[in-house]
Amino acid sequence: MRNRTFVVIVLVVAVALMAASRLAINDYYFSAAYTVLQFVILATAWNILGGYTGYVNFGSAAFFAVGAYTTVFLNKWLHAPLPLMIVAGTVVAGLLGLGVGYLTLRMRGVFFAIATLALAVVLYTLVVNWDYVGGARGAYIILPREVPFGLPRYVHLLYATMVLMSAFALIVARTIERSFIGRGLAAIRDDEIAAECSGVPTLRLKLLSATVSGALMGMAGTTLPYYLSYVEPSAAFNLSYAVNSIAMPLIGGMTSWLGPLIGAVLLGTVQQVVQVTVSSAWNLLIVGVLLVAFVTLAPNGIMGWVDAWRRKNAS
Amino acid sequence: MAQEERVVTEPLLRASGITKRFGGFTAVDRVDLEIARGERLGLIGPNGSGKSTLVNCLSGTLRNEEGSIRFGGHDIGREPPHQRVRRGLARSFQIPKPFASMSVLDNLRIPLQYAARQHEKLPLSQIIDEAMRVLDQVGLKDKAQAMSGGLTQVDMRKLELARAVAAKPTLLISDEAMAGLSTSETDDILALLLGLKEQGVAVIMIEHVMRAVMKFSDRIAVLVAGRKIADGDPKDIVNNSEVVTAYLGQ
Repeated sequence: MRNRTFVVIVLVVAVALMAASRLAINDYYFSAAYTVLQFVILATAWNILGGYTGYVNFGSAAFFAVGAYTTVFLNKWLHAPLPLMIVAGTVVAGLLGLGVGYLTLRMRGVFFAIATLALAVVLYTLVVNWDYVGGARGAYIILPREVPFGLPRYVHLLYATMVLMSAFALIVARTIERSFIGRGLAAIRDDEIAAECSGVPTLRLKLLSATVSGALMGMAGTTLPYYLSYVEPSAAFNLSYAVNSIAMPLIGGMTSWLGPLIGAVLLGTVQQVVQVTVSSAWNLLIVGVLLVAFVTLAPNGIMGWVDAWRRKNAS
Repeated sequence: MAQEERVVTEPLLRASGITKRFGGFTAVDRVDLEIARGERLGLIGPNGSGKSTLVNCLSGTLRNEEGSIRFGGHDIGREPPHQRVRRGLARSFQIPKPFASMSVLDNLRIPLQYAARQHEKLPLSQIIDEAMRVLDQVGLKDKAQAMSGGLTQVDMRKLELARAVAAKPTLLISDEAMAGLSTSETDDILALLLGLKEQGVAVIMIEHVMRAVMKFSDRIAVLVAGRKIADGDPKDIVNNSEVVTAYLGQ
């Protein structure tokens, strides 16, 4: 499928999703859909560095929180409009990603994963002690009274924004994957030294991958303060973001853009259903159980299953 | 005029005083090595004599502590490996390092796209054709669509060499491409390496299969314990008493 065709299809689906929201009678559906879409972005973004390039990032929550706190900061400082905050949060998280990219110079595998986890802890401590953005108390965000585009409530706008941001993330991920950059990243994942000796500028590609991955994670966080209307560090830096953004691509499949999407929709929906029907405490337990099941039974995720099945039918 | 003369007289590769230490151990000790355009050099030496370390220094995967490396008129001693490949210095690995998640064909697309396209005009549309041509040369054409992770050892070695050839080098360093291969397979690889001569590619061949080294080399250099103890005509090398001692013992 050509890139342009894909963009058109994604946008059509996005518009359909936004239109469908008019039918929702209960606000809960918005909140559930918002959460699932948030995970679609996080999983897709994580997969650019983790799946395509092979560097496991355990600090997704840090990038997500950087996006959220950029919004809190700009809201307090400038009362900036939402689009500006989305752009700013994306850029700041991208810069953080660039920094993490430089870590790949010296660290790989488990060591890189631990370093990213440590980064999250450091940033968490920083925010907790930063009074301007609320510190440990947290910060309130007052939603604007007027909702643009004639939408009924602000949550409609946030939902629509999330749909568009998810579409953007998917388009970026797929474009990278299908380009020669994606092939270079795959070479790095398979064997970094061999890639370098085949002419792949590994450092430059890793920096690019880490920056884009970080930026998209930050983007997903920029609307969080509006969605919750109150942010505190342990909500923004919640471990569940880090765990989910690894688990979802792992369960869906890490080699293509479709894997994280399937994983996020599946796992995100299951979590929502369980939260309502059973208990909210069961959330991460379910992720854990599914993760163990998939790692042992289908290490290449759902997409790996599909590929194997396709190959078997073809031959 | 003077410029032209310099280009003619300067060898393709001139490595001088290469020294590489691992802690207190000197793996490569002040080695000088030159190779002319289109020349075929055999590099031999017992196990652990520093051949692979030398290759790693030349290709940039290791940094030598001392010495300089000039290639094609440029000082490449501080350049990262991908830059050196783009200049035309390609190498294969002793232990094959295939891009295991890719097909055999896609393995070759990486160097074609990232290295060969940097120094010669190769339209994107011709990359697949070019990859197939190289695969045909090494006898892997039928396996173009196979996943490279599932290849046999022999095929992996062929792929390893093919990937280096696909970078369109002017100097190819082949690190024990024939170890463990049968006589006819050795001949296949040898024919491929000899064929590169016609394309003006210089080759440094590291090998233990002496039959192949003798048949292949214009010149042979011998490394023992990190030092170069001999460098010259193959016939003289095999009669050199120092070399014989190093290989066979007293």
